[in-house]
Amino acid sequence: MSVTHEFAEAPYEGPLLEVDDLRTSFDTQGGAVRSVDGVSFTLERGKTLGIVGESGSGKTVLSRSIMNLLPKRGTTRRGSVRFEGNEIVGLSDAEMRKFWGAQMAMVFQDPMTSLNPVMKIGNQLKESIREHLDVTKEYAGELAESLLASVRIPEPRQRLEEYPHQLSGGMRQRVCIAIALACGPKLLFADEPTTALDVTVQAQVLDLMRQQQDERFMAMVLITHDLGVVAGRTDNIAVMYAGRIVEQAPTDVLFRDMKMPYTEALLSSIPKLNERSHTKLNVIPGRPPDLINPPPGCKFAPRCTYVQERCLEEEPPLRAAPTPGHRFRCWFPVGTPEGADALARNRARGGAPEPSVGAGASVGTAAAQGASS
Amino acid sequence: MPEPPPSDLETIVDDTADSGFFASGEEIQTAAVEAEPPRRRRGLGIGAWLAIGWLLLVVGGGTLGELGALPIADPTDVIHLHTPCPRVQGRTSCLINRLGPFAERGTAHGHLLGGDSIGRDMLSRLVYGGFNSMLVATLAIGLGFVVGGALGLLAGYFGGRVDSLLSGVFNVLLSIPAILLALSLAAFLKGQQSVTGGKVQSGFFQDPKVIVILAIGVVSIPLLARITRASALSWSQREFVLAARAQGAKPLRIMWKEVLPNVLPAMLSIALLGVAVAVVAEGSLAILGAGLDPTTASWGNIIAQGRGDLESAPHIVFEPSIMIFLTVLALNFLGDVIRARGDVREAGI
Repeated sequence: MSVTHEFAEAPYEGPLLEVDDLRTSFDTQGGAVRSVDGVSFTLERGKTLGIVGESGSGKTVLSRSIMNLLPKRGTTRRGSVRFEGNEIVGLSDAEMRKFWGAQMAMVFQDPMTSLNPVMKIGNQLKESIREHLDVTKEYAGELAESLLASVRIPEPRQRLEEYPHQLSGGMRQRVCIAIALACGPKLLFADEPTTALDVTVQAQVLDLMRQQQDERFMAMVLITHDLGVVAGRTDNIAVMYAGRIVEQAPTDVLFRDMKMPYTEALLSSIPKLNERSHTKLNVIPGRPPDLINPPPGCKFAPRCTYVQERCLEEEPPLRAAPTPGHRFRCWFPVGTPEGADALARNRARGGAPEPSVGAGASVGTAAAQGASS
Repeated sequence: MPEPPPSDLETIVDDTADSGFFASGEEIQTAAVEAEPPRRRRGLGIGAWLAIGWLLLVVGGGTLGELGALPIADPTDVIHLHTPCPRVQGRTSCLINRLGPFAERGTAHGHLLGGDSIGRDMLSRLVYGGFNSMLVATLAIGLGFVVGGALGLLAGYFGGRVDSLLSGVFNVLLSIPAILLALSLAAFLKGQQSVTGGKVQSGFFQDPKVIVILAIGVVSIPLLARITRASALSWSQREFVLAARAQGAKPLRIMWKEVLPNVLPAMLSIALLGVAVAVVAEGSLAILGAGLDPTTASWGNIIAQGRGDLESAPHIVFEPSIMIFLTVLALNFLGDVIRARGDVREAGI
């Protein structure tokens, strides 16, 4: 905590972002909802980390928690987040403003709601620019125009005078990206940036972000529920479940040699083009667990096809796989003799042990209550 | 295939039911017509223009009168007629008092709207009174708009303890009957008149206009604050506010640049209704004796001073009442138009 912002003046050699045992919980009437529960990772300059998980796994809370954007009331945040070596957990909003926009920025999920409906595009861009850079109005205007051009918006000068509702969804998300890039952040959080967009423009927007990232040597945290989105666009992937990282690996390693049954289940639930039409989609039964009173043992156990007695009693630690940089949280990993044994045993018994599936269902309802409160 | 008139949705629906083969195509067309969002009207509509015209007439006429540019009598002058004076109850009276359109004693020649109880020209008093009434009402609501709007914005944006505290104050103010609050404020600000000498013992403000403006203004603060708070609360939850925060914008800037422009339509529409209520409130205060100085013409004062002659000369009360009625109507109508336009803009996004 003693490390202060003054250190940022000297070039910092370490990783850009170091998150260490970050825990974020929200106070509700039912108890504290532990949305982020002991997450650690590091992110180097210019690299991309994909955070993948289903709804309610804590992806969004994690990103907002790192940026310190969550409301102060009813939120507890512990652990450590170091940005260029500076501890930013515990900083006030006033202190965070040095980082927001200028050092780290965020692109939100829905460009319909993340732009002010009654402010011209140009003014929204210029607001951000003039907040951090000491420039004249005219220069801010030129900068705004070149930013719009750099996110490939045609006729940028005219667009500056338009309101958000005059643009299409893809255009609006480009504007949001331009705003986020306005002050040259070193780290960009993209919170499901393409979920609200038409499939045809998703790839365009993702490629644009990739290209801007390369040009600016900017690090990016790409949050999504779609493994397909992160597949070709990230250096590392962290899979989240129930507020924890359950598997973390370089992208190629993860897709080649996944260890965590949850990752496998996520991947198998993506529809494949070579399947016959009307093939039933694979689903992961049940719902994410209650984050107020999480079950003992592995949090995914109630929904897991590999589940054994041990999984329900003892939580697996995040342990290292033989491949460097690959960590996972499982007693019976995919593609190992133990995992194969476990799966064979469950198949012989006729699917996963019955009580655990039942537990999954009841836990699911509790989680739904927790999420709604 | 005959094209049904596109303007009439009913016709299209009927045609669709009859024509067999093309039905599906036309159903699609019908659906498209129905799905089309309500088109934003380009103009304001005739009603709004009439309302604006009336308000301009009242305010403009009053301003010109105050500047002395209108060829009408001084509102404080007691007018004598030059024609042979009528005999009233055995006495000749040359004043135009209680003469008017509906008066028992007939009209006063050359004075279109007649004279008031002591013989001052009604037209002139209505014109000058309109200026004063509108001035008092607008400034009072302006006070409420600025103070209430700022407090409401703070409460809505910050929420939590700030909101609890401010909302508590608003609720306490709202729980006191408005006219009672205004009356006691006016009395308090005016200072106490001693029974013996009638001398002003203590008074913060001497100008009765300022007193009435403050009294009505303070009453309007919680009303405008509540509306602003509610609207600001919902707009502050929007993602673009979070986005602005994530870009490093300061709270005041977010409130001013991001939240306020979105809240403004709701505030303006309520403020216009508020001006209408304030015009009436000024009249109420005048009737209760806490209004403007009795010599100052205002619609409220005219009614207050004319109500004794309601039977013999009803025009003294009727004429300013009609003025208030039309003005309040115009303001309400404009308020509605502003709110409707704000809604359409919001729905179109």
